Amino acid sequence: MDKQQILNIDFSELLAEFPFAADFFESQGMKIPQTSVKEFVKNLTDTELEDMGIDPSEFIHNFVTFIEAVGSMTEKTASIEKLTITGGINKKGEAENFELEINSGEIICIVGPTGSGKSRLLADIEWMAMGDTPTKRYIKINGKDPEKSWRFSPEHKPVAQLSQNMNFVMDLTAREFVRIHAESRFVQDIDNKVELIIEKANELAGEKFDGDTPVTSLSGGQSRALMIADTAFLSKSPIVLIDEIENAGIDRKKALQLLVGEEKIVLMSTHDPILALMGDKRLVIKNGGVAKIIATTDKERENLQELQELDKRLLDLRNRVRMGDMLETI
Amino acid sequence: MRFVTVSGPPSSGKTAVILKTVESLRQRGFKAGVVKFDCLYTDDDKLYEAKGIPVKKGLSGALCPDHYFVSNVSESFEWGKKQGIDILISESAGLCNRCSPHIKEILAVCVIDNLSGINTPKKIGPMLKSADVVVITKGDIVSQAEREVFASRVATVNPTASIMHVNGITGQGAFELSTLFADANTETDTLDGKSLRFSMPSALCSYCLGEKRIGSQYQMGNVRKMDVDNG
Repeated sequence: MDKQQILNIDFSELLAEFPFAADFFESQGMKIPQTSVKEFVKNLTDTELEDMGIDPSEFIHNFVTFIEAVGSMTEKTASIEKLTITGGINKKGEAENFELEINSGEIICIVGPTGSGKSRLLADIEWMAMGDTPTKRYIKINGKDPEKSWRFSPEHKPVAQLSQNMNFVMDLTAREFVRIHAESRFVQDIDNKVELIIEKANELAGEKFDGDTPVTSLSGGQSRALMIADTAFLSKSPIVLIDEIENAGIDRKKALQLLVGEEKIVLMSTHDPILALMGDKRLVIKNGGVAKIIATTDKERENLQELQELDKRLLDLRNRVRMGDMLETI
Repeated sequence: MRFVTVSGPPSSGKTAVILKTVESLRQRGFKAGVVKFDCLYTDDDKLYEAKGIPVKKGLSGALCPDHYFVSNVSESFEWGKKQGIDILISESAGLCNRCSPHIKEILAVCVIDNLSGINTPKKIGPMLKSADVVVITKGDIVSQAEREVFASRVATVNPTASIMHVNGITGQGAFELSTLFADANTETDTLDGKSLRFSMPSALCSYCLGEKRIGSQYQMGNVRKMDVDNG
């Protein structure tokens, strides 16, 4: 449908093809047009025009842009199969000298002390840097330069960020919360998506929770589990950035498997030896630059098992404390 | 000189965002200055001064802050030119959400924050709807899902805007925002003769002229009544 058609056909016909068209009017605090959009705008009274808070021609332009943008969002957009980072310079101006290819389904850990430049690296990926950031790094998507306009469109945002100190501001149940997110992504088949996410979140969470629990009452582990499941199935961003997964109330291995299973690239900022060894590679950041890239070796992986056993023992002890046991024998 | 209007609801993080952005602009070799418009009181000029940023402040007092802004913006522009500023940024709070400080052919930025609730984008008028760039702040304290919902609601209200996330505390995203300030091709000599993107909130009634008494018989001029009997 071209611009003229969008504006001239009866709104009910437009709705049949683009059900989300009503959202635009609703978000502007207006009733749904009974005529074509063009007629509708033409028939607005002076007061209504003033309340609209925008020039009528701009309003029409915005509406068409909205229909086109959301229309392209519901189609499956090209995913990121390969992300290439080309090194630039560190804070001292020394060349980083690396080129790293990351494929979907890979887990990359980012290690380095606070203030070493981890955030800048992630910001470079998020901004799809083209030599135009302080580090002069280049990011390529599927081997090509990304479109500059992607930088500003929420539907092309490449990175979903799961930060450590997140809160829920919305006062909703877990189910309602996921539903609102699904609606904002204009996904089809919302009910099944919502149930799937609650179910998967429960597989990750140490303590099960009901979908009708308010999100603000979830434990740290449960909210983390919910956000990971939600990101895996609802976020369009192909890259997931995780800021450490605490070893409490969540199955970390399953959480990572869930994300990479959905063909995401996982970048994880961590200093936990188990998580670090679950990664395929580790980027060591120093002085604002990538100082070293370590591919996890087989020998390291052999130790992973032992670490996981230690971890499990500690977890069992935690559970015993929770249940009120004595710890005289451990 | 270039001019940029930055506006947004109170406490959305405008000053923090501008401070970080000006820092990045400096690194790119631009001299940036700020005109801060507020209503009754502001200390923000001191924050700018502390960073060595040329700043001018204006308090609207008993007047509509938006009307005060447009009555003084041209003079502020002339002040900026005299200071040898490359990019002058005006900061004004959209106190009633109906504010409309954006000017045609001048880069218009609206700052809103994730904490203000997901229905906020709907509630803001021309300040958000006619902005070229919408900066969303305080993303570090809400969940990823809420960030996505909020950005999507902003995009529904203003589908043509560039939407950016900036953290006013760490400055994450401020460098990227400064790119837009630096690239904006809005070099201009004067604001005289330019036009607002949308009319200002209008009112000319007895209360504008100092009336204090309540009741229909005291109301004159531009008065609008609620329909309390229906709906």
